[in-house]
Amino acid sequence: MTTTPMPTATTSVPTVDVDPFSHEVLADPLPMQADLREAGPVVWLPRYGVYAVARYAEVRAALVDWQRFPSSAGVGLSNFRYEEPWRPPSLLLEADPPHHDAPRAVLAPILSPRALRRLRERWFADADDLVAGLLDGAGDVVELDAVDALAEAFPLRVFPDAVGLPPEGREHLLPYGDHAFNAFGPANDLVAKGAPRVAELSEWVAAQCARDALSDDGFGAAIWAASDRGDITPAQAPLIVRSLLTAGVDTTVHGLGACLAALATHPAAWDRLRARPDLARVAFDEAVRWESPVQTFFRTADVDVPIGGTLVPEGHKILMFLGAANRDPRRWERPDVFDLTRDPSGHVGFGMGIHQCVGQHVARLEAEALLGALARRVERLEPAGEPERHHNNTLRAWESLPLRLHLRS
Amino acid sequence: MGADDHEHDADRLVVIGKEIAADGVVTLVLARPDGGRLPDWAPGAHIDVTLANGATRQYSLCGDRWDAHTYRVGVLREVAGRGGSAYVHDELAVGDVVAFGGPRNNFALVPSTRYLFVAGGIGITPIVPMVHQADLVGADWSLLYGGRSRSSMAFVDDLARHGDRVHVHPQDEQGLLPLAAWLSEAREDTVVYCCGPAPLLAAVEDATAHWPPHRLRTERFTAAELGAPVRDEPFEVELARTGTTITVPPRTSVLAAAREAGATALSSCEQGTCGTCETTVLAGVPDHRDSILADHERAAGDCMFPCVSRSCTDRLVLDL
Repeated sequence: MTTTPMPTATTSVPTVDVDPFSHEVLADPLPMQADLREAGPVVWLPRYGVYAVARYAEVRAALVDWQRFPSSAGVGLSNFRYEEPWRPPSLLLEADPPHHDAPRAVLAPILSPRALRRLRERWFADADDLVAGLLDGAGDVVELDAVDALAEAFPLRVFPDAVGLPPEGREHLLPYGDHAFNAFGPANDLVAKGAPRVAELSEWVAAQCARDALSDDGFGAAIWAASDRGDITPAQAPLIVRSLLTAGVDTTVHGLGACLAALATHPAAWDRLRARPDLARVAFDEAVRWESPVQTFFRTADVDVPIGGTLVPEGHKILMFLGAANRDPRRWERPDVFDLTRDPSGHVGFGMGIHQCVGQHVARLEAEALLGALARRVERLEPAGEPERHHNNTLRAWESLPLRLHLRS
Repeated sequence: MGADDHEHDADRLVVIGKEIAADGVVTLVLARPDGGRLPDWAPGAHIDVTLANGATRQYSLCGDRWDAHTYRVGVLREVAGRGGSAYVHDELAVGDVVAFGGPRNNFALVPSTRYLFVAGGIGITPIVPMVHQADLVGADWSLLYGGRSRSSMAFVDDLARHGDRVHVHPQDEQGLLPLAAWLSEAREDTVVYCCGPAPLLAAVEDATAHWPPHRLRTERFTAAELGAPVRDEPFEVELARTGTTITVPPRTSVLAAAREAGATALSSCEQGTCGTCETTVLAGVPDHRDSILADHERAAGDCMFPCVSRSCTDRLVLDL
């Protein structure tokens, strides 16, 4: 074991004694985020021996600066310079140029809006079908848990098919992703909770990444085809498929959950969306800004990096609070308001720069399909009980979101 | 914020350095007017540069991508050219501003344990960052670099630090490149990268005809066949969803102008890399400045990224 050395910065850095991964903070991170933003452009978190940025400008600057804040030492708390990763590192998320180049160059066009056009009609029909299954013959008012009935059901219905997974075992996807995102945080009870199933889930995921396990017309097959062309190596292909399975399910589920929760509690926004269904993508991005389903990522300073008068020393971890940046009043007017008249462009909920979410167009298409299907059938939606948070070290999520849907007559 | 501050300068570069790199070759060092970060790139990438005389030329990036604030390009004076290179050599000066698009990469370095680089003349420019990268990943590599004469060959001094991996082969001293000797053995573990004049590319294609597929990667600059010239004057954009027509002045993005007119247009990176603002083009010819579309997608002209791309025609009609 190696202990993290104390900072050697010559200037004082504000210290905030908080545990961002405690259940108290995970239940409501907003007060802590405000404290961190106010404390300074960069702060020191003694609890974990890391620096942190929570203001929009500094978070964005750190995200895009792959030269000075690389990712290959891990984008969680664990520093791969000293600690063994819990699984082989991601070729995308936990890699820097030049190794990052080829996997990203291969995956980006496979998930581009132009490539997704062929899925559009089918996903819209799937969304209509899912919503019809919930609403047809159920009367004028339907109560449901939006987490499992909508936010989980729709991605699980369309995304594994698009990747090309076989039908069996898909129930492993959410727990695997949940653990992967917990593992970016400290080794707390949330990580311990997932530990007993890690081997089993990892083995199942690895098996799905093999060429033979995948259909011949999905994202997975397209990744393997790139290895046939020599654009990536055959050893890289399964790990790039793995990235889709790790990062492409839970994130979208919680993004949709955030969006449905926001719309249920902002009736004017729902009315506006019903009047203008072309706002569905804006509604989703505004929800991603407002809720930031991915709350945090870490980087590691490759050299001493000055931030606002403080030197972040080489080799030290820096924690970027995406959620805090997305509600920074220095960047956003009335940041705490979910507002469909706002232009949420430029939020960092998908990250920014060379590691920006490569699947963001997939997520937006899923949201557009599901929100459109609901808007065509539902006059009004409202909370039907106390929602319950799902705690994860990285994700802001709902465990349960009871909604009451009033159907159009 | 950062992205918004220099939005009106997002397609501008200022020349901050100009040096003679060899007989008939100058290198330019380019930066944002505000000194900000430039869009990311990888070896093999090029930018489109629109010069003040209206000419647009593609130049491979040959600098250091770990410096996020400058680009370097090498420019050969083409005696039979259409005036772009003569302008760069004779007129363009430090402090001058050019418009740019990209970077784009049709010549990306794929992973391999072994590389053979073949460069002819100014074709060395994309190869310079490639050999640096091959070194970084610990690959086994060699470079065969030909030119008319030693004095006409750029970057020879820089490349000398790689020792006997680099084979400099001036034609007036040693004749044509010994391609047969270098390429006779077809190797499954080797990727060949070739950039240079068309006869060299043809010779390397012939010499590797017996190699396994996808082992040869070439970069071929063809003069852009633009249907209409790139313009530096206002153009009209019709926003089809509302029927509004707006005028987009120079140095204002189509995206900004459309938003000003009330259009809802989601974006993210605002530098033509993330793809969020992809917009359907209903009429007119877009002037593509993004890093995303492949050549055939550009030619189709049915979509564009209004955060950076503009118009070749007087009028564009967009699905906004």
